[in-house]
Amino acid sequence: MEPRHYIEFQDVSFQYPNSEDWALKGVSFHIKPNEWVAIIGHNGSGKSTIAKLMNGLLSPQQGTIHVQELPINQETIWDVRKKVGMVFQNPDNQFVGTTVIDDVAFGLENHGIPREDMQKRISYSLKAVNMEEYVNHEPHNLSGGQKQRVAIASVLAVEPELIILDEATAMLDPKGRNSIMNTVHQVRQDRDVSVVTITHDLNEVLFADRVIVMNEGNVWFEGTPREVFQKHDELQAIGLDTPFVTQLSRHLNKLGISLHKEPLTHKDLMDELWTLHSTR
Amino acid sequence: MDITFDKVSHIYQKNTPFEYKALEDVSFHISSGSYVAIIGHTGSGKSTLIQHLNGLLKPTEGKIQMGNFVLTADKKQKDIMKLRKQVGVVFQYPEHQLFEESIEKDIKFGPQNFGVEPEVINQRLPEVLKSVQLSDQLLSRSPFDLSGGQMRRVAIAGVLIMEPNLLVLDEPTAGLDPRGQKEIMDMFYRLHKEKNRTTVLVTHSMEDALQYADHVIIMDHGKLYMEGNPIEVFRQRDALQKVGLDVPEVIDFLDSFEKTFQKPIDYHGQSMDELAEVIARIVEGGHQRE
Repeated sequence: MEPRHYIEFQDVSFQYPNSEDWALKGVSFHIKPNEWVAIIGHNGSGKSTIAKLMNGLLSPQQGTIHVQELPINQETIWDVRKKVGMVFQNPDNQFVGTTVIDDVAFGLENHGIPREDMQKRISYSLKAVNMEEYVNHEPHNLSGGQKQRVAIASVLAVEPELIILDEATAMLDPKGRNSIMNTVHQVRQDRDVSVVTITHDLNEVLFADRVIVMNEGNVWFEGTPREVFQKHDELQAIGLDTPFVTQLSRHLNKLGISLHKEPLTHKDLMDELWTLHSTR
Repeated sequence: MDITFDKVSHIYQKNTPFEYKALEDVSFHISSGSYVAIIGHTGSGKSTLIQHLNGLLKPTEGKIQMGNFVLTADKKQKDIMKLRKQVGVVFQYPEHQLFEESIEKDIKFGPQNFGVEPEVINQRLPEVLKSVQLSDQLLSRSPFDLSGGQMRRVAIAGVLIMEPNLLVLDEPTAGLDPRGQKEIMDMFYRLHKEKNRTTVLVTHSMEDALQYADHVIIMDHGKLYMEGNPIEVFRQRDALQKVGLDVPEVIDFLDSFEKTFQKPIDYHGQSMDELAEVIARIVEGGHQRE
């Protein structure tokens, strides 16, 4: 039977060496199998620390982290890293191969995957990110968005159960960002995989099933994107922003236009406005 | 500082098999004191363009006039130093360029290097710290002990203390949280007004271009594709989409509002409050009274 929680943080605290403050203070949450969770928060709120704890790049001073009911520790760390793949912010810092195909193969060689299986996985994962035409290209000649797509392919090839995108679109232009979000969305149509996106981009948050809001090393709120953006004023108080549609809805509400659902997209808001208009 | 590009082209690795034309026949004029946003996709020539503004690159063809300074292909390197004193550039992720052992030394490095008197530098320091919101308690600490957001502020302070006439910003808020982004952008705008400075902002954010700039230049494949007043440029949805750019969200929303309600709302930089009022009035108008 599949476990209820894919990843579970129980009362996790973490402090960086030479730092007086705790980066995380007694943090508990879980991520379900096949769930897409966005983690947002101000700079220094502990978002990236969580990502690094999830695949054992850091280990907590207090509390426990389970991946599929397996506690992360020195003995399990290599098994955990097979399950949890990570894509980082800077597209230029995550290439090891001299060609796209070498780069995707690198992770598989590390995990000792047999050659025939490797070939299948490489072509599958490059196809999934729409980069199959670039197998023999040199990574440094690709655009930022293409590089990040290859990074995702390298992670996918290892067949992880969870992919973490740690501000993976921050250095990309809007076109590159969209291509990454669509790629992840597409991959999830084909196979079961949990996704954690750590981001400042509000449009990325809308893709998620659930959002965890971090503030000063604590979990400040958990809920659907709709529930999170309902807390518009409080979010601004902790240094976060809300999408255009949320802000406009707030102003309209103040003017007596009562919107019942919290609209998230242009279409949501327009539909509600039109309904109000036609029933007048 | 008035800036004029006159048929500027830049070719990388000219006369080799790797020859690449990054700028092609680009001409425009920026008047002194204006705030200009440069927009375009990766590979559109934006970065090549701004590297000409402080003489890191020289045009392969054409001529650039900045204030009294003229930059052409045959300009000597030692003359270019005069230009660099007047042009401050905040590159992408400027915190990667911090190197000194203390924050104070790092901030002062630029003007010292250009021979500004130590007393003058010391006079400028408090104001610069105030602008970027850094406490003077931090001055003796290593810049590498700071958070990413604070490191960014130190790097920016190191450019501001030069008191440049022209400030060039290459995506200065990438990677910052929303509050940090707004604080930094508002600070540049305030200084732009106070110092009567010319500011050039390279950005992917149509929202920032709309909010802060009084002129936008859209680059595509090394050529100047469009330029003009931000609102007028951003109204041209089809032309922008042709080069893979989106219109700012507010204009996008008003367009679909017009399609649904058959009532145009003219955008001329209204606040969210003002827009909400116009929208509320139309929605409350109801069907019957039309």
